[in-house]
Amino acid sequence: MKVLLGHSGGELSWEALRQTVERAAAAGDSLTVAIYDDDAVSDPLEDIESQVRAELADAGIDAAVRRLEGHVGGALVELADGEDFDRLVVAGGSRSALGKIQLGSVAEFVVLNAETPVTLIR
Amino acid sequence: MTSNRTYPDEAAGTFPRPPRTITDRDGREIDLRAADRDDRETLLSMYEAFDPADRAQGIPPVKEYAIQNWLETVLEAENLNAIAWHDGDAVGHTMLVADREGEHELAIFVLSEYQGAGIGTELIATLLGHGQREGLEKVWLTVERWNKAAIALYQKVGFEICDTESFEIEMTIRLD
Repeated sequence: MKVLLGHSGGELSWEALRQTVERAAAAGDSLTVAIYDDDAVSDPLEDIESQVRAELADAGIDAAVRRLEGHVGGALVELADGEDFDRLVVAGGSRSALGKIQLGSVAEFVVLNAETPVTLIR
Repeated sequence: MTSNRTYPDEAAGTFPRPPRTITDRDGREIDLRAADRDDRETLLSMYEAFDPADRAQGIPPVKEYAIQNWLETVLEAENLNAIAWHDGDAVGHTMLVADREGEHELAIFVLSEYQGAGIGTELIATLLGHGQREGLEKVWLTVERWNKAAIALYQKVGFEICDTESFEIEMTIRLD
């Protein structure tokens, strides 16, 4: 399966990366990781990208790593639908102190707009 | 640190404080009392009996260990809780959980056979009274936009809608 993972460097994005890599290793998925900027994440994109590459190398996965600019949701949908991916995976929001899930704007956008099946990780 | 939530300029009026007893619309006597860690077994039983359709944004969790972990967080000393009791059983639970901005997030759960009888409104008002007694200032919540009944209940208590841009609606109230 051809899988696109959207990754912001946020806590849940790392969990999404771990789960996606694990699945890719078991199922032989062809994986692309698309990295993008998120106001809630302070780490620079360069650091996030090298950490992503390190985790992929540790898992022995040969994945493409790309960067997205502009409207992240729109760019993810265009990439997933336009390049015939079978699945788009993104972190599915955050939890408040009380434990309620709040769906992030990227997750909401791709669920509503992508024709590619979407998997939300949390 | 402050959040970017907007709050009503005016503080809400004085809310009733726990403990108190009300008669619900079905004529049942309901005790509304502040709760703490000692009530966690009672609450665990209540949440194990909880209708999955009444869950909201991932809480309460479904599995027993996950409910226990969640209750540990919710019942930490810095948070405020209140329970609605009927015949010795917990039938409703509401909580104010401190966030990183020094504000408090509210949530409420009422067992399905006790819904629609006015218990939720009274239970929230009573917890807000408890919050006023403890000096809390800003309370917020999120609610799914299709949940008109919950939104109406929160508005009746005095919450105002402050954000409708995200997937969930955010509402706020100023206690002091």
